[in-house]
Amino acid sequence: MSLLLEPTPELIKSERIYAQMGLSDEEFTKVEEILGRLPNYTETGLFSVMWSEHCSYKNSKPVLKKFPVTGERVLQGPGEGAGIVDIGDEQAVVFKIESHNHPSAIEPYQGAATGVGGIIRDVFSMGARPIALLNSLRFGELDNDRVKYLFKEVVAGIAGYGNCIGIPTVGGEIQFDASYAGNPLVNAMCVGLIDHKDIKKGQAHGVGNTVMYVGAKTGRDGIHGATFASEELSETSEEKRPAVQVGDPFMEKLLLEACLELIQSDALVGIQDMGAAGLTSSSAEMASKAGSGIEMNLDFVPQRETGMTAYEMMLSESQERMLIVVKKGREQEIVDLFSKYGLEAVSVGKVTDDKNLTLYHNGELVAKVPADALAEEAPVYYKPSREPLYFQEFQQMENKSYNLADYKETLKQLLSQPTISSKEWVYDQYDYMVQTNTVVVPGSDAAVVRIRDTNKALAMTTDCNSRYLYLDPETGGKIAVAEAARNIVCSGGEPLAITDCLNFGNPEKPEIFWQIEKAADGMSDACRELSTPVIGGNVSLYNETNGVAVYPTPVVGMVGLIEDLKHVTTQSFKNAGDLIYVVGETKIEFAGSELQKMIEGRIFGKAPSIDLAVEKKRQSEILRAIKAGLAASAHDLAEGGLAVAVAESLFGTEGLGAEIQVTGDEAAALFSETQSRFLISVKPENRSAFEAITSDAALIGEVTSSPVLTVFAEENKRLFDADVNELYNTWKGAIPCLLK
Amino acid sequence: MKFAVIVFPGSNCDSDMYHAIRDELGEEAEFIWHTEKSLASYDGILLPGGFSYGDYLRSGAIARFSNVMSEVIKAAEAGKPVLGVCNGFQILLEAGLLPGAMRRNKDLKFICRQQKLKVQNSRTLFTNAYEEGEVISVPIAHGEGNYYCDEQTLEELKQNNQIIFTYHGDNPNGSLEDIAGITNKNGNVLGMMPHPERAVDSLLGSADGLKLFQSIVKSWRESHVVTA
Repeated sequence: MSLLLEPTPELIKSERIYAQMGLSDEEFTKVEEILGRLPNYTETGLFSVMWSEHCSYKNSKPVLKKFPVTGERVLQGPGEGAGIVDIGDEQAVVFKIESHNHPSAIEPYQGAATGVGGIIRDVFSMGARPIALLNSLRFGELDNDRVKYLFKEVVAGIAGYGNCIGIPTVGGEIQFDASYAGNPLVNAMCVGLIDHKDIKKGQAHGVGNTVMYVGAKTGRDGIHGATFASEELSETSEEKRPAVQVGDPFMEKLLLEACLELIQSDALVGIQDMGAAGLTSSSAEMASKAGSGIEMNLDFVPQRETGMTAYEMMLSESQERMLIVVKKGREQEIVDLFSKYGLEAVSVGKVTDDKNLTLYHNGELVAKVPADALAEEAPVYYKPSREPLYFQEFQQMENKSYNLADYKETLKQLLSQPTISSKEWVYDQYDYMVQTNTVVVPGSDAAVVRIRDTNKALAMTTDCNSRYLYLDPETGGKIAVAEAARNIVCSGGEPLAITDCLNFGNPEKPEIFWQIEKAADGMSDACRELSTPVIGGNVSLYNETNGVAVYPTPVVGMVGLIEDLKHVTTQSFKNAGDLIYVVGETKIEFAGSELQKMIEGRIFGKAPSIDLAVEKKRQSEILRAIKAGLAASAHDLAEGGLAVAVAESLFGTEGLGAEIQVTGDEAAALFSETQSRFLISVKPENRSAFEAITSDAALIGEVTSSPVLTVFAEENKRLFDADVNELYNTWKGAIPCLLK
Repeated sequence: MKFAVIVFPGSNCDSDMYHAIRDELGEEAEFIWHTEKSLASYDGILLPGGFSYGDYLRSGAIARFSNVMSEVIKAAEAGKPVLGVCNGFQILLEAGLLPGAMRRNKDLKFICRQQKLKVQNSRTLFTNAYEEGEVISVPIAHGEGNYYCDEQTLEELKQNNQIIFTYHGDNPNGSLEDIAGITNKNGNVLGMMPHPERAVDSLLGSADGLKLFQSIVKSWRESHVVTA
């Protein structure tokens, strides 16, 4: 569309063309006020993407304020490409999680692949080398072809991008639940390592400095992707397929290596990824953060299609691009550096002092807009919040146990639930070893990646049991953070900080906004208690299909520091004769549990309770025990309770078994999902030292040398003997079987 | 001994190879960008894994045309040890330094896991530190490792003892006769899908790949003691 065919400013207003771009009437009026005139077509486009929920957080800002974002080790909190935490020795860890839910719902391979590509750029734009990828995925039940297709293609897309670029995909989590059938969640997390001296920011300082465009050419893909991500999905969403970007991991690998070389150059002033809202967000935000302006001539933007308009170029979300600011006069060095990798680096503009984003195209001024107005002055909405009717109903229900006829059969059924069963089918497709630092591979509580040339390592995990959040978002929010920390601790690490990805439904519905608020309250409490501030993240709202929301799913990505490789601990039992302990008492808590869902076909009741002070105390005791070398294995008790945890600790061992005795209500002892519990195995000679450190560890049995799990109840009543190989095959084969 | 680690655009196991040589083997290694025009000063050539040129068109198909490949061929003809791992193996096939071709894995999926291998020939410069028939554990990570060649070529490979490693137990990718690694007739060019550079430190699950590199160094030392 040539400039002449674009609607005039008058027409944009009278025909409400801005509304198609996602701006409300009030927002358009505010744009008019800011400019003191009507915006033209390009300018309307700039405001519409920058003021979308995805870019401006206009609906979630009041909630995000609740999170603690500072801490002794925090070097960079929310606001830049990714957060940064000090890990000593002049090194730091950089990490962030981001969603790509909407694109993945309609084009799962590319949606997932470009989600991975985007989060990697966020990390290396800070100057860090990406060392690990994780993800958190949600799908509907694996009982229909559409969901199976989404699941297979999302996994293939993640694998296709991560494997090619050479960053190991070391961990993640997957839950299956009907609420995600039409709107899967695809959250990707990237972790990077950086020397303090190399930390870079996305800021356009220095009037007269040159703005350069580096990386892939701009095409018409992904136009209005950020706006699309800020709407509910419906039958017509399929038409938004062109709003999904197409990824090229090879291009990104070249861009990654070139940018990491660039970071070492003192010609570099600022660097930012062209992610959501592409050229618009990168230029407006870099100028706004530096209190400067940017002027660009779009004629110089490398284009892969002909006849692109200013509007299309500014709103394109073509992948594998970066905007950089370099010192004036040093442009040729940058061109040479990028040409080594076969990449373009083109001067497209300069830093100005007028605080405007000014754009020229074909010799004409096509936009002049205050950068702050785009980046900072989106309206903030305080949405009405209302407790949903179901909540009080659930809160008043009593916790009841189950009368189970056959415990062994129940255990087998639980192990074959896709949420619990082995995810080997998934992670087998990810290169989780490249870079040769992966000490603990996928399948344990947290992945562990060593830091080369030191004796240290990083533990990392993603967690969120959204069923608890649906029942009670505040308690569920606490649990999500606490469980992530439990996983880090079980691996021998000290939790450092979190990144979060807040996946919710439509915030314009008061019941949904209530979920968001309450979840944030719970998460914030847990972050404070466990000293794990939020250093960044992403908000993904409007996750609804035909008016039905997904479960509230604020995914927590956590990184912990393992001070000495000797502390690395896995969930697998190690030796016959080791003593098995459960740390923490068990209550009858089945609401939201895997057992409840399996038996009832739905979840209801009061979410498992959690006492954060108890959680913290236990975690620090377990970590002390691990650091003292007293824990042979450590595993947190999660979905499916104790019986599943014991089975998982036996899987993959060379023929070990276990004999345990449970007390109290049998079904609860085996399958309840009471929080803040750990399964620890201890060498007999360490018994007294371990018991001295832990204040509430109960000895329940020991590891045996034959592959049988034997469970006794009180008074030596034998509940069952299960062949570990049989359990293993059930657990391992479940997902491949469902996909056949 | 001085190794060249060839880096193509899209190589991603180059650093792993470099660290295996420098940190674990204790020998010299340098990165060689694909535009280099001479490898004369290197004693051994390593083609690492990855996705050279994005594996567009076909794995290794574009890399074989890079500048440095004529030098790799020269080194191979001069009898220097040349090791291609994963994508490096695919490039050696495309360049004609080894016979046969790669197809996509039989399940059409990328596979990453620790894999048991059997050492079929321990009388090569790459395997002299292993026992014949020894079973070792070395990771695999590939989408196109399904080795294929025609019957006559297979017969020759067998006759000349060019099949060096086979998959032991499960064949993960459907390769012909469980082939995991082969040499040229001369025995100085080895291509293999499994990653020995990922198996040099038991902290990461296996150190069984170290002997492969030690074999190369041992052979090189022996040949140089004679001439010295």
